[in-house]
Amino acid sequence: MTLWLTLIIVGVLTYATRLSFILFFSRMDVPTLLQRAFRFVPIAVLSAIIFPALFLPQGTLAFSISNTRLLAGVLALVVAWRTKNVLLTLVIGMGALYLLQWLVTIL
Amino acid sequence: MTTRWIEFFAGLKGEFPILPGVVPFGMIYGVSALSAHIPPLTALGMSSVVFAGSSQFIIVQLVAAGTPPIIIILTAFIVNIRHMLYSASLAPFVKRLPKHWKWLLAYLLTDEAYVVTISHYRKDEEADEQALYYKHWYFFGAGLALWSTWQASTAIGIFLGTQVPASLSLDFTSTLTFIALVVPSLKDRASIVAALTAGIVALVAYTLPFKLSLAVATIIGIAAGLIVETLRQPKNTRFLRSIP
Repeated sequence: MTLWLTLIIVGVLTYATRLSFILFFSRMDVPTLLQRAFRFVPIAVLSAIIFPALFLPQGTLAFSISNTRLLAGVLALVVAWRTKNVLLTLVIGMGALYLLQWLVTIL
Repeated sequence: MTTRWIEFFAGLKGEFPILPGVVPFGMIYGVSALSAHIPPLTALGMSSVVFAGSSQFIIVQLVAAGTPPIIIILTAFIVNIRHMLYSASLAPFVKRLPKHWKWLLAYLLTDEAYVVTISHYRKDEEADEQALYYKHWYFFGAGLALWSTWQASTAIGIFLGTQVPASLSLDFTSTLTFIALVVPSLKDRASIVAALTAGIVALVAYTLPFKLSLAVATIIGIAAGLIVETLRQPKNTRFLRSIP
């Protein structure tokens, strides 16, 4: 129930950002600084999620070889950089994760 | 066929090349929502209530981590603020439309619909009023194509998600998707600095209560990007560029 309420509030706020200049302030321009800041929003949010997911998989800093998510993630990063292909990044990243998890169990 | 339907079908067609990339994204969302223990109907509902891919993924991650609702709302809002830019950019083209069209088109305004629609509007910007008259049907066609594809692919993902065991580490697919989305946008020094700063701050601030680290890291990352961008743009070229 709380989750539904949260989602409805997020939905209304998201709709409001979409309606903003089309409906509410149709005679206004976006301030330049805000316009420049928009470009960094997805980059900053996604990085702030990716780093902890790779470096702190169990909530503590893990730099060892047994941190399979960090190794698979770095490989995925290289694939994403070279190919710009979402699907390929996913397939190679998951493949590497399974392979590493299996290696850790047999070593 | 009347002009409005020609525009509508042109919109569907214009959106078409983008759709193959949307389908796996929607399916992975569905699978990862279930692996975060979000009920199937709620996960499906999110696709039409929120209807914004990357923030739906982020909500799933935050729900899985047991984040308080207020932080989820704050974070999703920050991620979705970029829609204001799209809204501002399309506003001049739709300003003469009746209100119900504005409500409808704004609901369908996503990254993918924006990209296709704005280039269609700009193609003959100098054209007379008559040429602009039915172009909102193109916007509607493009938006509807994306909306239907997103709903269908998340539904398939949710269905598949009920079939796969949790031991498959499928939650990692959303981290990988984020990597695939962010890496191609790191085109200059400012965006690389924004990414590294946000990431490192997120690690350092990880122990902050209520997952506040995400909002803090995002804001500091954006500020770092803006500072680098400002420093790297020499004043004299800014001046030269303003000369017509």
